[in-house]
Amino acid sequence: MTRQDLLKKLGNKKLTDMFERMFEIRTFEEKIQFLFLEGKMPGTIHQYIGMEACAVGVCSALKEGDIIGSTHRPHGHAIARGIPSREIMAELYGKTTGCCKGKGGSMHIGDIKKGMLPAIAIVGGNIPVVMGMALAFKLKGEDRVAVSFFGDGASNEGAFHEALNMASVYEVPAVFVCENNLYGASTSIKKVLKIENIADRASSYGMQGMIADGMDVLDVYDKASKVVGDARSGKGPTLLELKTFRYCGHSRRDPSNYIPKEEKQSWKKKDPILNFERVLLEEKIIDKSGIKELKDKIDKKIEEAIEFAQNGPEPKPEDTYSDFYVNMEVPR
Amino acid sequence: MKLTIAEALRKAIREEMQRDETVFCIGEDIGISGGFGGAFTVTLGLEKDFRDRIIDTPISENGIFGAACGAAIMGMRPIADVQYGDFLLCAMDQIINQIAKLRYMSGGKLKVPVVMRAPVGVTGRGAQHAQCLEPYFISCPGIKIVAPSTAYDAYGLLKAAVRDDDPVLIFEHKLLYGSKGARSETGGVDASSEIPEGDYTVPIGRGVVRREGEDITIIGSLLMMHYSLQAADILKKEGISCEVIDPRTLWPLDMDLILNSVKKTGRVVIVEESPKQGGIGAEISAQISESISDYLLSPITRIAAPNTPAPFSPVMEKFYVPQPERIADKIRNLLAES
Repeated sequence: MTRQDLLKKLGNKKLTDMFERMFEIRTFEEKIQFLFLEGKMPGTIHQYIGMEACAVGVCSALKEGDIIGSTHRPHGHAIARGIPSREIMAELYGKTTGCCKGKGGSMHIGDIKKGMLPAIAIVGGNIPVVMGMALAFKLKGEDRVAVSFFGDGASNEGAFHEALNMASVYEVPAVFVCENNLYGASTSIKKVLKIENIADRASSYGMQGMIADGMDVLDVYDKASKVVGDARSGKGPTLLELKTFRYCGHSRRDPSNYIPKEEKQSWKKKDPILNFERVLLEEKIIDKSGIKELKDKIDKKIEEAIEFAQNGPEPKPEDTYSDFYVNMEVPR
Repeated sequence: MKLTIAEALRKAIREEMQRDETVFCIGEDIGISGGFGGAFTVTLGLEKDFRDRIIDTPISENGIFGAACGAAIMGMRPIADVQYGDFLLCAMDQIINQIAKLRYMSGGKLKVPVVMRAPVGVTGRGAQHAQCLEPYFISCPGIKIVAPSTAYDAYGLLKAAVRDDDPVLIFEHKLLYGSKGARSETGGVDASSEIPEGDYTVPIGRGVVRREGEDITIIGSLLMMHYSLQAADILKKEGISCEVIDPRTLWPLDMDLILNSVKKTGRVVIVEESPKQGGIGAEISAQISESISDYLLSPITRIAAPNTPAPFSPVMEKFYVPQPERIADKIRNLLAES
């Protein structure tokens, strides 16, 4: 689809919504980085800064009822899928008002009722589960699609291989989205993979493979719409590779000294938010004051989310025993 | 109708699939026409009646249990099957990290009603097709574990497992199945039962007294339950009265049943087919001594396999698995000493 057709298809409302979500992810992540470094937030964090176009492009192609699975780096996916920022923030603080009542934490953000499996922080671990969700949709004849997000590192896990092969054999309505940000923790993908494109692995499962520019939300949306549509219409699953980059370290205080400066700079030139903002302005979808208004709104929303999280109720220690078995007390 | 464990499980699966169309089976070689019906004939022929719900898989255990997990969260009731329990270890990430924990991680917002079936037993195959894997799973909160030693219980526990909203792992014993034809086992023990007409379940979490007695309590599951009864027969002739308890559910343990029996007899022997280190006997023993040590007339005694892998040689294998005579000897000595 040409860029013009794509813009027309999406319409001004959806385009500005997509921009807003991307900006919300960026703002959320920048704020919590600060809070975390200040020592105000417990636990650990893995951030999504630089990758916003991936989550928003894919999730904008989904319908209510579709399900996503995520990873140890889930904040962006959760916001893109529509889990309220304040519930995510409260979860990071371990509060009962968090989306997992403080039992999940940063690495297990999700809410099945809002279309997101609690994130699975074992690399590659969500891929078989998402395949199983898609299998359920097929067995029940439901018009739903399951989407698995994972990184380049996960494509070297056995779980990836088993799940993609089974998904293809059973022709389930799934999309496997590999966010290739070029580094598995500190290890360059070049050191651990002899092929250039992870999408090429699709052919070994008899599956469609596709590549999109993970820094361009419109390209991600375009390709994701196509492959989600294929899954929905019974044409089977796809491996969709998004070429992207994380500006932040792998986790916590990682300064990512293992990434050359020039590499970081060249990716920042392709910043997904700045570039999308430019497109929206050039195409007169929104004007500068509209952008400012929107950014102010998001800033305020995240400030409120922090307040909501910080002031939220702590769980009682003995809440440790709740929310586990469905019809049985925890044996003590 | 008298059925073997394999037949009783098949009947229960068939009836559950008829009753509830969200129930499906997924596993290796379970529904191949002309094949085995799983390694021990449990699903034999079911594919003829439920073509879309008997799903044969590639040899991908992590994929199978991941598929079951995801499907269960989305409202299905999968029965996932491995040919040998040993292969569960290939799927440990899905079982321990996902199936057992996802409900908790979600804050109770989802459920994972997966049934997992796994044959165990030290049975002429050496170290990798003949382990008793129960201890690996008992230490994982989030999974209910059952171990039927009779066809009556196999039928009732399978039905209870399918209807349970939490993950349930069923350990089945190779020597108790009563599998026939090419899949029959040498050294099998008759575990068949009269299965009554009509539907019933056996409650998860409840053990049963297989034989009442006064002098000592013997606790054993699966094959060890049958060997414990045989030991009790030997000792009966010598005037020693043994109470034999079959926990049936390994987690959560029916500790009330066990404690009441030990209070009565004052002595307890726990028989295990798996290595002694970190086994179910250690757990039961600790719980007894934490609650009712005052009642004990002699030390809690564990009779278990050596702390080694299962050996192949029939001579070593017989030494490895606690035999009825060995159980009887141990009890005889215990009573003589105290």
